[in-house]
Amino acid sequence: MIRLLFTIIAGVLLGGIVHLVSVLALPRIATQDAYSRLAPITKLNATTPLPLPDPSSAPLPFMDPAFAVAVCRYDLSGGPIKLTVPVSQAYTSVSFYTRNEVAYYAINDRSAGRKVIELDLMTEAQHAALPEDEDVTAADRLIIDSPGAAGLIVMKALAPEPGLMPQAQASLAASSCKVQTEPMPTRR
Amino acid sequence: MRLIFVTLLALILATVVGLGATWMTATRGTDLGTLTIGAWTARPKTGTADVDPYSRASIARSGELPVGTGDGVAFSATRDDRKQPLDGRCDVVVSGITPAARFWTLTLYDSRGRLVANSLQRYGFTSQEIIRGADGSFEVRVAARSRSGNWLPTGGIERYALVLRLYDTPVGVATRTQRDAPMPSVTTVGCP
Repeated sequence: MIRLLFTIIAGVLLGGIVHLVSVLALPRIATQDAYSRLAPITKLNATTPLPLPDPSSAPLPFMDPAFAVAVCRYDLSGGPIKLTVPVSQAYTSVSFYTRNEVAYYAINDRSAGRKVIELDLMTEAQHAALPEDEDVTAADRLIIDSPGAAGLIVMKALAPEPGLMPQAQASLAASSCKVQTEPMPTRR
Repeated sequence: MRLIFVTLLALILATVVGLGATWMTATRGTDLGTLTIGAWTARPKTGTADVDPYSRASIARSGELPVGTGDGVAFSATRDDRKQPLDGRCDVVVSGITPAARFWTLTLYDSRGRLVANSLQRYGFTSQEIIRGADGSFEVRVAARSRSGNWLPTGGIERYALVLRLYDTPVGVATRTQRDAPMPSVTTVGCP
């Protein structure tokens, strides 16, 4: 009897460890997470407009149907990424996600404070390799550090009424997301 | 022989308990870092880099992308103010005011996060589309059959979720109470 009780207690304790390990592992082993769903339908280091969600099909669950959405799936191993998103009439935002869907940074048109949201996305190592004076003169140049080499940039433009959706989509179509091909500016 | 049996029992128990608990928390979510105001719950921390492991697991499982904190915050409701589950065959009224935000959207989803088909192709409202009273408050009727005013069709499905997303808003990780964020009430007014 004692032995059975001991077995159950040991089983439950071990179960607790299994639970913790599986919760921590789940984001890494999930096959239907947002990145895996978007990977086949998006281009790497380029913007891809996502189809509008409708009842029969949606690229992701719980998408806001009032927004036009474009995604840039990035890989920084080839160099930093330069992102420009023109601001639409109503509301525009840019959100950054890691490979495992951690939203590490998001900015909207008002906090960007201009007609065009311009950002440089790089890994911490690439940021550290920037010439120092470049960093100082870069006050008007927003640099985002990506926690990992791969991830998602999600650009959204609001259509306050259904009739304004084409305008929202058009403003996202003018956005660009590409690897900076020119060599890093050198020290003067 | 007995030792093998006992060890096997402990291991099976561990697997069932451990994976069962993980499945429960990943599908139903936990109360960790939730902000509940009336019928609405939000997890503002899911939009930041210090999201808790349970939220990360449930995000990975469902396949959604959380709203980033610099963008906005999402409140969802699956029950009304009296804790009754939202039923698509009943009339539910969402009324009142929303917290300060540049824009907000109210959207209806089925339990798996898909939009619900209806003849109007109306899946939600934005703050600009909505018809308001003179005092700025609004009333949305969530019902299967057409209603006057702001009608949000349910398609007659049994269970649904309402998601109110606030964009460019001070509501977030620091918000605690109704006074910081006055959320609209959710009331079931009649069932056929």
